Amino acid sequence: MKLITAIIQPHRLEEVKKALYEAYVNLITVSEVLGHGRQKGVDEFYRGSKETGNLLRKIRLDIAVNEDFVDRTIKAIIKGARTGKIGDGKIFVLDLPRCIRIRTGDEGSTAIG
Amino acid sequence: MDMINSGDTAWVLVSSALVMLMTPGLAFFYGGMVRRKNILGVLMQCFTILALLSIQWVLFGYSLSFGPGNAFIGGLSWAGLNGVGLEPYADYSATIPHQAFMIFQAMFAIITPALIIGAFAERMKFSAFIVFSLLWATFVYAPICHMVWAVGGWVRGMGALDFAGGTVVHINAGIAALVMALVLGPRVGYANKPTPLHNIPFTVLGAALLWFGWFGFNAGSALAANGLAANAFVTTNTAAAAAGLSWAFLEWKFSGKPTMFGMVTGAVAGLVAITPAAGFVNVIAAIIIGLLVSVFCFFMVGIIKPKLGYDDSLDAFGVHGIGGAWGAIATGLFCTKAVNSAGADGFFYGNPAQVMIQLKAVAITVIYSLIVTFIIAKVVDLVMGLRASNEEEIMGLDLTQHHERAYTILD
Repeated sequence: MKLITAIIQPHRLEEVKKALYEAYVNLITVSEVLGHGRQKGVDEFYRGSKETGNLLRKIRLDIAVNEDFVDRTIKAIIKGARTGKIGDGKIFVLDLPRCIRIRTGDEGSTAIG
Repeated sequence: MDMINSGDTAWVLVSSALVMLMTPGLAFFYGGMVRRKNILGVLMQCFTILALLSIQWVLFGYSLSFGPGNAFIGGLSWAGLNGVGLEPYADYSATIPHQAFMIFQAMFAIITPALIIGAFAERMKFSAFIVFSLLWATFVYAPICHMVWAVGGWVRGMGALDFAGGTVVHINAGIAALVMALVLGPRVGYANKPTPLHNIPFTVLGAALLWFGWFGFNAGSALAANGLAANAFVTTNTAAAAAGLSWAFLEWKFSGKPTMFGMVTGAVAGLVAITPAAGFVNVIAAIIIGLLVSVFCFFMVGIIKPKLGYDDSLDAFGVHGIGGAWGAIATGLFCTKAVNSAGADGFFYGNPAQVMIQLKAVAITVIYSLIVTFIIAKVVDLVMGLRASNEEEIMGLDLTQHHERAYTILD
């Protein structure tokens, strides 16, 4: 089992969701986060004083999958999120030792899908 | 010798303040409808128009709109309020100071171009917006205002009835909105899709302020604290109420549940529709006008617009253009001299010809606004570009046009 965490541009979320549904990946958690990579954030001005390096809005996706779904999930995220410009985001794949479905108490692969 | 009436003067000054509040009210009405990255863009555009046109109006806008001139536009003899003093001016305001009439009209000139923002929200470049608004106020608003309201104006001479600005304000802005939506093209990624409203409570707050301010807009247009003002006040409130209910019930019937957003959209449509009629119709007509405007706007916004595919982001045309046109026609249907002896009898009072006169006034406004708005939009586009870049639009107008953001996530 893997936990796939992706950081993407907010405006690509709809496309990523679409690509994931097409790949039969239906279980996702979405959260709003702040961050920046090589874009280095943005400058903002408040009553004349400049604030540099402010963090940008990003969307974080967390998707737990079984091994046979890892590649198609990654492909779907890239398909939906890529614009080719700096700031498109990153995908992290982590080992997932345990997964429990609260309702039934199921563990492991059956609990994920 | 004209005498200043203190009651009339007090009412018109209070009404001016009420109408002033409509522009920030509109800012919140629209601001709630855009995505969170664009709300400051909308608030800033509304506030900019409030400031910019306040200056334009006293410098030359009022003179071009109401000053002595020909049938199409006023001259510059009242520029800088030269000769617009504290004494009454019999042609427009026999019982209040001329400057009170001027500042009341200023608030109308301010909110009209602000209405158009609904069509180009979330994608217009700020610098281009300033130039466009100034040109539009000068070359579209002023001539139409002069033709419809000024002494010697072409449309006024035809006997068309427009109590508080159905043609001058709402049809005019509605058509300009349609032109801008077509010239600018759809927002990136939002062609034919409903916009995710980021803050419906703001939209409700804005609608409430609009309803409140509209009492000044319509009842103030009596230009006196008299029975006609009371009639306009009652018809205004009644039409807004009927239209709000009507829209909510339409949703209940056709899409399952009545919504908050639908109810306030209906109420605003009702206020638009009653605007030309407020001082010419009775309260039963106001109910009918209100109930029906939501039917027309509901189908325009919900069914026809998605099929046509233009991106009038916040339905400035769908509500103000369509609602305004219905109001102008309804005025010809329901007006009666029993309410206003200075008005006319309409279709249901034995004078079907009034409807034709109303239609002619609508047609003139539509054609003039359509052509001149299109020319201004094209010229500004050629000179400086109307749209923000795709990257700016994706990041949001708040950060890219103004270097600030409305909401923090942390802190």
